Order: sequence, then C-alpha cells, then structure tokens
Amino acid sequence: MSIYALGEALGQPRAPRPGEVADLFPTLGREVNGRPLVYLDTAATSQKPAAVIDAEARFYRQHNAAVHRGVHTLGTEATLAYEDARADVARWLGAAAPEAVVFTRNATSALNMAARGWEHRLRPGDEIVVTEMEHHANLVPWMMLAKRRQLNLKVIPCDNSGYLELDRLPTLMNSRTRLVALAHVSNVLGTINPVADIAARARRLGALVVVDAAQSVGHMPVDIDAIGADLLVFSAHKTYGPTGLGALIGRPSVLEKLEPMEGGGEMIGHVDFHEVTWAAVPYRFEAGTANVAAAASFPEAIDLLESMGADEIRAHEIDLVDFAWSQLSALGGLHLLGPAEADERGGLISFHDPRVHPHDLATLLDQQGVAVRAGHHCAQPLHRKLGLAATTRASFGVYTTRDDVHALVDGIRFARRYFS
Amino acid sequence: MNLDVLYREVVMEHHRCPQGRTPLLRIDAHADGQNPVCGDQVSIGLQLDGDRIEHVSVNGHGCAISTASGSILAEMLEGLSLHQARHLADQLVALMHGKELDEEIDLGDLDALAGVRQFPARIKCALLPWMTMIQALDSGRIP
Repeated sequence: MSIYALGEALGQPRAPRPGEVADLFPTLGREVNGRPLVYLDTAATSQKPAAVIDAEARFYRQHNAAVHRGVHTLGTEATLAYEDARADVARWLGAAAPEAVVFTRNATSALNMAARGWEHRLRPGDEIVVTEMEHHANLVPWMMLAKRRQLNLKVIPCDNSGYLELDRLPTLMNSRTRLVALAHVSNVLGTINPVADIAARARRLGALVVVDAAQSVGHMPVDIDAIGADLLVFSAHKTYGPTGLGALIGRPSVLEKLEPMEGGGEMIGHVDFHEVTWAAVPYRFEAGTANVAAAASFPEAIDLLESMGADEIRAHEIDLVDFAWSQLSALGGLHLLGPAEADERGGLISFHDPRVHPHDLATLLDQQGVAVRAGHHCAQPLHRKLGLAATTRASFGVYTTRDDVHALVDGIRFARRYFS
Repeated sequence: MNLDVLYREVVMEHHRCPQGRTPLLRIDAHADGQNPVCGDQVSIGLQLDGDRIEHVSVNGHGCAISTASGSILAEMLEGLSLHQARHLADQLVALMHGKELDEEIDLGDLDALAGVRQFPARIKCALLPWMTMIQALDSGRIP
C-alpha cells in the first residue's frame, strides 16, 4: 500500500492525479508577461515539484558532505542518501541491482560514456545502426566514435507518418552490426519506437542495444528488461527531478565490459605510478565528486510519479495528445508531425505553420504566457528530411491540462491574426 | 511587453517583401550563415566595384526578424564602401547590446530593429545576416 493509499484509508487527502498536480510545482504559479504561465516545454526540461526543491535545499542545510569518503556522520548520511537514490532508480526502472545504475550529469553524458566505454570492443568496418529521428545526443557521440574507429554508421529511415521503416531492417542490420542506438520516444515526432522488436533482432546478431529513454521515462512505464536494452539512459531533469543528474543503466555483464571514460578519485581500486585498477561497477564510472544534492532530491520526484502511477500518467498524456491533435487540426493549415494515433506517440506534438515562422510564433505565444520550443530540437538531420528548418513543439507532463491546450490554440490564433 | 516594439511596421514590411532576392551578375564575396539554435539560414552575396558594394543578394529562410534584417541589409549596403558596411554592422551590434552609437551614423530602417533589444532571445535573429555579411567580407577575394 502506498503512503497515499494508506493516507486515503485514514481520511487523508487522496493520491495526486495526473492533470491535478500543478499546485505542487511552484513555477507554475507564476505569471509571464502578465499572464498565468502555461508551460508546454516539458520535453526540454520539466518543472520541479516543491518536494524536490526542498529536498535539495535540505541536503545542503543538513547533510552536505562528500560521499564514500568521510568517516564522519555527515559523510555517512550523504552516502546513504546518494545510494538510496541509486536503489530507488534501479527499482523504478527494473534494473537488476542498484549497482546497475551509474549516475551521470545527464542523458548526453551517459550516451558519451557508453560510446567511449564500448569503443575498445569495435574494429574498423564494424557497423553502428541509429535512426533518422535521433536527438543529436544519440547521434553525434556515435559519429565521433565511428570516425575514431573507422566504423560505418547506418541509419534506419522514417516514413512520412513518423514511423521507422522496419522493412529496411534486414539490410541495415546484419552480421557486421555491432551496436544499435535508438530513441524510445522521438523528441520531435513523438513516435514510440518498437524498441523491444529491434532489440530482439540486435540480440540475435550479437549487437549491443543502447536506448535513449529521455522522452519516455516519467511519461510511461519503462522497464529496461521489457524493452530489451543493454544500456538505457535518461535525465532526471526531464522527469521532474533536478538538473545535473542522469543515469546510465545497464545489464551487469555489459557494464563489466564497459571501460571507464574518466579517471580520477573514487573510481580506482589501487593506484601506483605504473598501474591502476578500477573500482567495482558502478563506482569506476563515477570519477570525482558527484552531484550528491541532486541525487538526494531525486527520490522525491520518483515518489510523486509512483504515487500517481505510470499507467495513469500515460493515460493522461494520451488524452492530452488526442485532444491537442484534434484542436490543432481544427485550426486548419497546420502541418502536424508524427503518428496521428495518440496511443502510438509520447506526450508532445511538433507542428509547422507556413504562415508564422516557429521563432516568431514562440515569441508571440510567450507574450500570452505560453512557453513552447521553437527550432530544430537538436534533430537537424530529421528536420532536413522533413524539409523544414524549424518547427514548434508543445510538450506535456503530469501538470498539463486541457486548459493549457486551449491557451496554446488561442495563442496560435492570436499569432495568425497578428501576422496576417 | 508590447509586441509592436519588436514587430514594428517597418520590420513587418521588410518581412513581407524582402529586398535582395534578385540574383547578382557576379558574386565577388559570399558566405552562408546559420543560427544553430533555431535553424535559420542565410546566404549573402556581394557584387563589388573595387572598394564599393554595387549589389547585395540575400537568400535563405528565417523568422520575421532575421528576414527583415536581411532585407534592410540588402537595401542599405548598396553604394557603401566596405569600411562603411563593416561600420554599420558594428553599429547594429552596439544597438543590440545597448552600447553607445556613433553620433554621425544614419541607421535608416535599422533603427526599427532597436526593439529587438528587449527580446534577448531574438538578438541573434537580427544579427545573423550582418554577421554573415562580415564573414563574406573576411573570406572573399576582397581588395
């Protein structure tokens, strides 16, 4: 029984529900340009609940110390908080053990760590497979790796509806394929990719599967085993947690084979001037002092998400996407990107209005208090394929409501009048 | 903040009917510029007569601010010396960053971009064509 269910049984306030939790997020109570803030940029970074903000401050006020070093009480408390957070993340995402979770700065650094760490296992002529819809974070590290090791980069294209062209897989994935890196959910198209199917094919070929789950964790149930990932990354700041914290989660046998990218304190076993041995996984990947305060606060975000339930959060976002898709379509003249089926996409919609450039639209919406993202969303190759230099993206979260979607639609109407 | 400060009528006119879209007879200096943040792209071509700019071509795609700024550039640079063109670009940078301007300078339609200063996220849009023009001057076979 969750603490909320217990509380409810005792006559306490009932568990928080997606779409009814905006009050828990201090920023959402502010005004922007004289209007109440309507925050539709959760795919870039989510807002933070007061519980996370307070926990980070509480760490600094009461427990602040370096982890895994101090014998003193504060050091012990800080280490406990840090390792509790690791255990929480492991349980939350179905990792084999807390030690299967490596804390990083963010998803990007986790992907770079994966690319650097697997480099020693790759030979010239080996092939890496990515998709056409990757965020630069899951593309550029592999391009850099391919250049260093003279590997070939293969790209799974996507069709006009935003789906991967799976019939191309038999030629793109073959005996030369050593690694497949792909997004669980596209940050531009919203497409939920069939990661488990692609991972199964990769597994048969003996290729490593790296999943960028930055847009799925916190928005839908995610289990590393269920989706067949060898390595999975996400950022805490996109899942209602603090900035400066991400994770590389792996199958223990894979993490054992990964070489550490950074050398330094805490990642070593034994050091003399001729030789160095590594600490155990995951510590060998965590050189230097970590963002302990961020880790200490992150369990508050996980608590909130678990009290709502991943299935309920997913249902809420499907409802919002469905509603927003129909409202935006009804405006007419908008080009909406990605799958039209709400249950086949994550909680975001990117669109193009030939009448108002995305950058102008974002400024005009901001004047109405509506925050959206305009640009190429760190996916230039995808935008080039779509023939668009930039798009506007509205992305949703647990605090988003249908009223927020109304504000977006009203804002677009205003922008069109202004530019007519 | 008043949107009309950003989207002045002069700016909107340039946005609707941008100048500099005619192909040049001869390109003496050229550069492509882009704003990696938003994906705006501009291509600047200069047709020179010695030290003087005869014609300017501005192509690409971008928001209203960068389009208008490129159009103003095309209009204002014709007939200027290379030195004067650089000086005008410097003055626009000063205008965007709230620095003191040369008292002698006639900003012309560029003055309509003064409001961009109040929207810091958009300053790069206004500067893109001008920075690209400077690149063209720096890279070409300029006397």
